[in-house]
Amino acid sequence: MDSEETRGYRAFLKQSVWCLTSQYQVSFSFFFLFFCFVFSSWSFFFFQIWWAAGIMFQDITTLLLDHKAFKDTVDIFVDRYRDMGISVVAGIEARGFVFGPSIALAIGAKFVPLRKPNKLPGEVISEAYVLEYGTDRLEMHVGAIEPGERALVIDDLVATGGTLSAAVRLLERMGAEVVECACVVGLPEGQRRLDGKPLYILVEPRLSVNY
Amino acid sequence: MASADVKAQDPRIAGISSAIRVIPDFPKPGIMFQDITTLLLDTKAFRDTIDLFVERYKDKNISVVAGIEARGFIFGPPIALAIGAKFVPMRKPKKLPGEVISEEYSLEYGKDVMEMHVGAVQAGERALIVDDLVATGGTLSAAIRLLERVGVHVVECACVIELPELKGRERLGEKPLFVLVS
Repeated sequence: MDSEETRGYRAFLKQSVWCLTSQYQVSFSFFFLFFCFVFSSWSFFFFQIWWAAGIMFQDITTLLLDHKAFKDTVDIFVDRYRDMGISVVAGIEARGFVFGPSIALAIGAKFVPLRKPNKLPGEVISEAYVLEYGTDRLEMHVGAIEPGERALVIDDLVATGGTLSAAVRLLERMGAEVVECACVVGLPEGQRRLDGKPLYILVEPRLSVNY
Repeated sequence: MASADVKAQDPRIAGISSAIRVIPDFPKPGIMFQDITTLLLDTKAFRDTIDLFVERYKDKNISVVAGIEARGFIFGPPIALAIGAKFVPMRKPKKLPGEVISEEYSLEYGKDVMEMHVGAVQAGERALIVDDLVATGGTLSAAIRLLERVGVHVVECACVIELPELKGRERLGEKPLFVLVS
């Protein structure tokens, strides 16, 4: 039997419960949104780190404007490779062409350009590699190297290692022994091998802009 | 001209010339492609090529060596390093990050664009432009215009090979052109 008092009490209860739950809903919504914000910032931060070499473009052209720094870069590679019996330096188009020939000349090795499709005339072998979206190909001249030659692969930067891996495969298909891959800029500490080949890096990618 | 003098007198030229491979009908029928990759496999000939350029330019107060993508990237940096100059890559569109200036030039069919970084060079600097080969002179002319637009004095253009029948030398006008092999 609902007396007026009971009805009033129930109404009061309903109202109280509604107020409490709506506040709870507000609080819950607030915490949910806050959590989403924190999670997405955290994810974005780590995503940035992970894609550091791609999003924060590591521009080596300013290195080439600093004669001493450019010379030091080449000298460090030359000092490392001079006594390793390397007879082939393979440079990856196009920024590998900027560093490779100077190293080759200094250590008495030949320079072999590894190029995008249809650039090299004459007979070539080619190797596909994976890009973020799709694939590309790297080509090398047939007869550029003899089986048994010891080779060094050069590029300005290594990110995923796809291009370097394709370069290694090309050289090994022609019977060369790839001694090492060398890049000016590479991934942070811990990523020092590429498909079982040693990878030598001078500097790590910078995450902040300085120009 | 200078290139004929070098050809007659310097014994290293013969080795360089014979190391260059000619590939017929590349990239299309009728074209005899001058392939410098075989020169790069001959360590003595490659070393001699660089030495000949370095000997010519080391006392000319050149502070900039501009190399044209992509084969100019092979010869330009060793020259730059040896003469104490900076190396500036002249690239196809959208390869250089950051702010660039660009210059259009004609191809046999159509046009292309060459780009250089803003701030790579300063007004008043003395520059050398390097490429593997000069044919019509269109690419070299674009590079000269790019550098002169920012106030750089282009001292000379240097190539390993010239195809004289394509009259590149005339297209460059009063800008000197130095080549090793014609």
